[in-house]
Amino acid sequence: MYPAAQAGWAIETQGLSKAYGSVTVLSGVDLRVASGSVFALLGPNGAGKTTTVRILATLTLPDAGRATVAGRDVRRERSQVRRAISLTGQYAALDEAQTGAENLRMMARLRGHSRASARSRAAELLDRFSLTEAADRRVGTYSGGMRRRLDIAAGLVTDPQVMFLDEPTTGLDPRSRRTMWEAVGTLARAGVTVFLTTQYLEEADQLADRVAVLDGGRVIAEGTPQELKKTVAAQRLDLTMAGPDAYEAAAARLAGRLLHRTPEGLVLGVATDGSAAHVRALLDEVDPQRTDVARFAVHSPTLDDVFLELTHG
Amino acid sequence: MAEYAVLAGRSVRLTRRNPDAVITSLVLPVLLMLVFVYFFGGAIETGTTKYVTYVAPGVLILCAGYGASMTATTVSVDMTNGIIDRFRAMDTSGTAVLTGHVAASVARNTAATAAVLGVAFAIGFRPQAQLTGWLAACGILLLYITTLSWLGAAAGLLAKSPEAAGGFTFVMLFLPYPSSAFVPVETMPDWLHGFADHQPVTPVIESLRGLLLDQPTGNSPWLALVWCLGLLAVTLPVCAALFRRRTA
Repeated sequence: MYPAAQAGWAIETQGLSKAYGSVTVLSGVDLRVASGSVFALLGPNGAGKTTTVRILATLTLPDAGRATVAGRDVRRERSQVRRAISLTGQYAALDEAQTGAENLRMMARLRGHSRASARSRAAELLDRFSLTEAADRRVGTYSGGMRRRLDIAAGLVTDPQVMFLDEPTTGLDPRSRRTMWEAVGTLARAGVTVFLTTQYLEEADQLADRVAVLDGGRVIAEGTPQELKKTVAAQRLDLTMAGPDAYEAAAARLAGRLLHRTPEGLVLGVATDGSAAHVRALLDEVDPQRTDVARFAVHSPTLDDVFLELTHG
Repeated sequence: MAEYAVLAGRSVRLTRRNPDAVITSLVLPVLLMLVFVYFFGGAIETGTTKYVTYVAPGVLILCAGYGASMTATTVSVDMTNGIIDRFRAMDTSGTAVLTGHVAASVARNTAATAAVLGVAFAIGFRPQAQLTGWLAACGILLLYITTLSWLGAAAGLLAKSPEAAGGFTFVMLFLPYPSSAFVPVETMPDWLHGFADHQPVTPVIESLRGLLLDQPTGNSPWLALVWCLGLLAVTLPVCAALFRRRTA
């Protein structure tokens, strides 16, 4: 069920559990992430995404279960794990009173770069994330999108093997989100394993090779975005009727087969396999006179549909 | 060792760019010096010593409190805004982060001390100390500042928010008042003598004054040393434990 991984698993967890007091956050999470892939952990607020990332990044100890990152145990080989990863949390972890360049040079120096090499590494990353012009401005003056980019750049000062991004686009405007996605794509092409969490299904769909859906502290589905979408079987034909009478007539004809109805918009939804033959047959059945259907649209299921079905179905 | 230097440099830079820190640690002590000498000084009887000469060491101690209490806020900001997670995920030691803040506090206070001394000289402070007296006084002041800064760091680790952290340090700012820093203890009510004579600020202030004015200091320097080293011996492991608890 998992793709063959050439270089083994970058991340592997078994039965990861964590509770804070009487509140169970994770109850037996099993995950496997192939080296060099982009993996998205998808779930609503409070599903346990951040706790999972914190455990994998060695910031929090699990109550039970085991986890390895880059082949090292997060409990027993903390330092080795830390040398192989980088973490970008939900809130930009930067010094607002330092400039972008100063922040990056500081991170590089902390990771053992000499003064000169920290300087060139910082310049290179600022350039890569289109921040060169803002390099000598204090981070406090940066926009949300610029901060996020700098935050990711900070995580890259030492070429991590595994990069954790906790909700990298939460709170960003659509353009900054795009830029962020491009940055993740660049990382993936460079061979970095990316583990990201998100509440946005579109994001997981766009970026990830594989997706796990986390809800209530357990993984309730796992697979490629395509596989997950298949779990919500059919496609849907939406018919916009020409008028209220036509709407009522068509609703009566399709009675038991309707997936949804929206009287205000005169829209009826019915299941289809998406083939031209089936759509044509449905149209003929609903509207033999070819006067009642004003428009139609065929919808493929989105990850949103999957998500709703899995979490509330 | 490099990470200690990098993080100390960071904290110093953050301090320099924080207008609040600059005002509180540099301008406020100078103003207090003027307030004590010109507003209160006329009414305070300190024997043959001019009041400015009596009170200057007290103001040095007071501004050490202000400068060090800011450590609580800077540590708390780091603990609450997520950057500590980044440092930890980079395998940077918590001790190095805290030491960086303490180093910045010491630097801040050194600048404040220089400013207060400068103003004090300008308005008539005339110490009589020889070089050894100055060196000993500076050493004790430095140790006192370091001790207070670590106490501030502990408060910063204990507090849930930077605002609360600032509140915790009120004790540090208050302790110099019931001591001989500003007025002789004998002028206080009897029931206060016991406390005033046996709290850490009194031996520190008595040592500073004695050393700078070239007067007998008795066992004050030793008492000051014992107090500071004792407090450090308790505070350092407490900081380590608080840091572990906070980041568990």
